[in-house]
Amino acid sequence: MAIRDRLSGNEAVAVAMKQINPDVVAAFPITPSTEVPQYFSSFVSDGKVDTEFVPVESEHSAMSACIGAQAAGARTITATSANGLALMWEMLYIAASSRLPVTLAVVNRALSGPINIHNDHSDSMGARDSGWIQLYGETNQEAYDNLIQAIRIGEHPDVMLPVMCCYDGFITSHAVENIELVEDEKVKEFVGDYKPEHYLNNAANPVAMGPLDLQNHYFEHKRQQAEAMKNAKKVILEIAAEYEKLTGRKYGLFEEYKMDDAEVAVVVINSTAGTAKYVVDQLREKGVKAGLIKIRVYRPFPVEEIAAALSKCKAVAVMDKADSFNAAGGPLFTDITSALYGRVDGVKVINYIYGLGGRDVKTDDIEVVYNELLEIVKTGQVKSVYNYLGVRE
Amino acid sequence: MKKVFQRPEVLSDVVMHYCPGCTHGIIHRLVAEAIDELNIQDRLVGVASVGCSVFSYNYFECDMQQAAHGRAPAVATGIKRVHPNNIVFTYQGDGDLAAIGTAEMVHAAARGENITIIFVNNAIYGMTGGQMAPTTLLGQVTQTSPYGRNAETQGYPIKVCEMLATIEGTAYVERVSVDNVKNIMATKKAIKKAFQTQIDGKGFSLVEVLSTCPTNWGLSPVESLGWLRENMMPYYPLGIYKEK
Ligand SMILES: Cc1ncc(C[n+]2csc(CCOP(=O)(O)OP(=O)(O)O)c2C)c(N)n1
Ligand code: SF4
Repeated sequence: MAIRDRLSGNEAVAVAMKQINPDVVAAFPITPSTEVPQYFSSFVSDGKVDTEFVPVESEHSAMSACIGAQAAGARTITATSANGLALMWEMLYIAASSRLPVTLAVVNRALSGPINIHNDHSDSMGARDSGWIQLYGETNQEAYDNLIQAIRIGEHPDVMLPVMCCYDGFITSHAVENIELVEDEKVKEFVGDYKPEHYLNNAANPVAMGPLDLQNHYFEHKRQQAEAMKNAKKVILEIAAEYEKLTGRKYGLFEEYKMDDAEVAVVVINSTAGTAKYVVDQLREKGVKAGLIKIRVYRPFPVEEIAAALSKCKAVAVMDKADSFNAAGGPLFTDITSALYGRVDGVKVINYIYGLGGRDVKTDDIEVVYNELLEIVKTGQVKSVYNYLGVRE
Repeated sequence: MKKVFQRPEVLSDVVMHYCPGCTHGIIHRLVAEAIDELNIQDRLVGVASVGCSVFSYNYFECDMQQAAHGRAPAVATGIKRVHPNNIVFTYQGDGDLAAIGTAEMVHAAARGENITIIFVNNAIYGMTGGQMAPTTLLGQVTQTSPYGRNAETQGYPIKVCEMLATIEGTAYVERVSVDNVKNIMATKKAIKKAFQTQIDGKGFSLVEVLSTCPTNWGLSPVESLGWLRENMMPYYPLGIYKEK
């Protein structure tokens, strides 16, 4: 029987970590992810896990220690936010290219500058091409479920890539929600033991981790890394199917909400999906064929599937909680439009940058977006592609 | 009537955000008094760090720049190299200076940068809610050392002044405390001397101020002062560690 509880997102993730019982956790505090290693350190002190907990002096060292530990054959997890993730940057790429499946909980927070502690996605969006798998979760339940699945995804022999599980700072990390936990034994069985093929100090199979790799092999290694990311899509779905058997909770590459006959749709990431679903319901009551797609797997980006899911829409708004300063649109917008290119013709796609630095996004704001889509459907005209929602100008 | 007490000019007339009884407020005042007395306000530039003192730019009436966590000495280096005649200081906590920013602090010292660092050591990460810092004492209970810091698994507290004293580039390094009036007076003297060191172009100066964090230590402000005296002072002895 699943365990019903009431936990904040950070508590839920810390509980998932306790159940996973990783070999090593190396972490440095930063709001709003601080609680994750903090709760976990009490599990360590109380002897509830067998983990080596290393409270290092910075995130750069946290990720370095995770890389060392994972290379040594240990299952490692850490957590961070915003500038902490930024400080890990150098090591993120090294973890991915060394094919070390470290697991990282990213509690999304606006990246400095200016300094801000509230939620947007500028931190993990900046790391989108670091070679990490990126999973996003709307609720505490999803944050918990993603973390458990992340272990299996990253460690899969066809993948061997690190995984970032992202959820919204404060909105998801600190708000307490009902949650269904899997029993300890079942999580233990689900994640199994970490058995890497190569690890340090294996006399039978000596290795050099991360050595100099020049014109002769660097490119081939990058090619293999790209292939692993492609493989990840299938693996993510397999693991999700297995997890569904265990829990009854269904996970895919993205969630489709009332998309079957949707003419207008919003694509969104994380907690704003909850607000937007409410608006979809309201519009549906009025007879508007509105739908929503919530991205769960952002890296690898499910191009074919997204294109198919949006193919029947007339107008789509992509909502980005991060700007990319490319003078053309946010990161998710760029990915969605390139997914549609050559696959689906005639869907009008616009972009809204919203909620930067924790600016509140209310149902009224989401309504503005759907109304604009309905206007586009009515007139066939797109007034503006790259837009900002709820900003003073 | 004769005025016997007034707010230092360089200290803003605003309510500080610090917790009741937190000694950050006292240290701000001492820094401000030293600046007033040295009459350097018009050429003062400060660098705010990340930690509870992140809002120090609201409290000092001078130009200030916000540095990323731990980077204040490097930012201050940049400012000072452009404006060698300005007086450049950083105000940093022990998490900022002795954890994430250790490299910046050590290397600014090694280069002998002519800047002044006010280093507030409260043996904990205050801002993030009381986790263990490199300066946390052995046996000290924090959120991430619930049964007390254990040397075997968590190592030993860093002694910043002692470490900096070994570096050729440092000109003035002193550890002080704000636990009682006498020590508060001595702290002001040390801060003034540190700024004077910079004014005289002698090089890197740092004053480590033993400070309290009643909120995260779980003690009243008065108990905190006692705790500082009984626990921090024996491990972090007060005194001048370097004077050129
Ligand atoms: C790169 C980065 N990592 C982590 C943080 C989170 N953080 C903010 S303040 C702080 C600790 C500050 O402690 P300290 O310097 O001792 O100052 P105090 O709050 O105790 O005055 C941390 C870890 C951050 N802002 N940036
Ligand atoms: S948390 Fe601690 S250091 Fe920060 S203001 Fe409060 S008492 Fe002072």
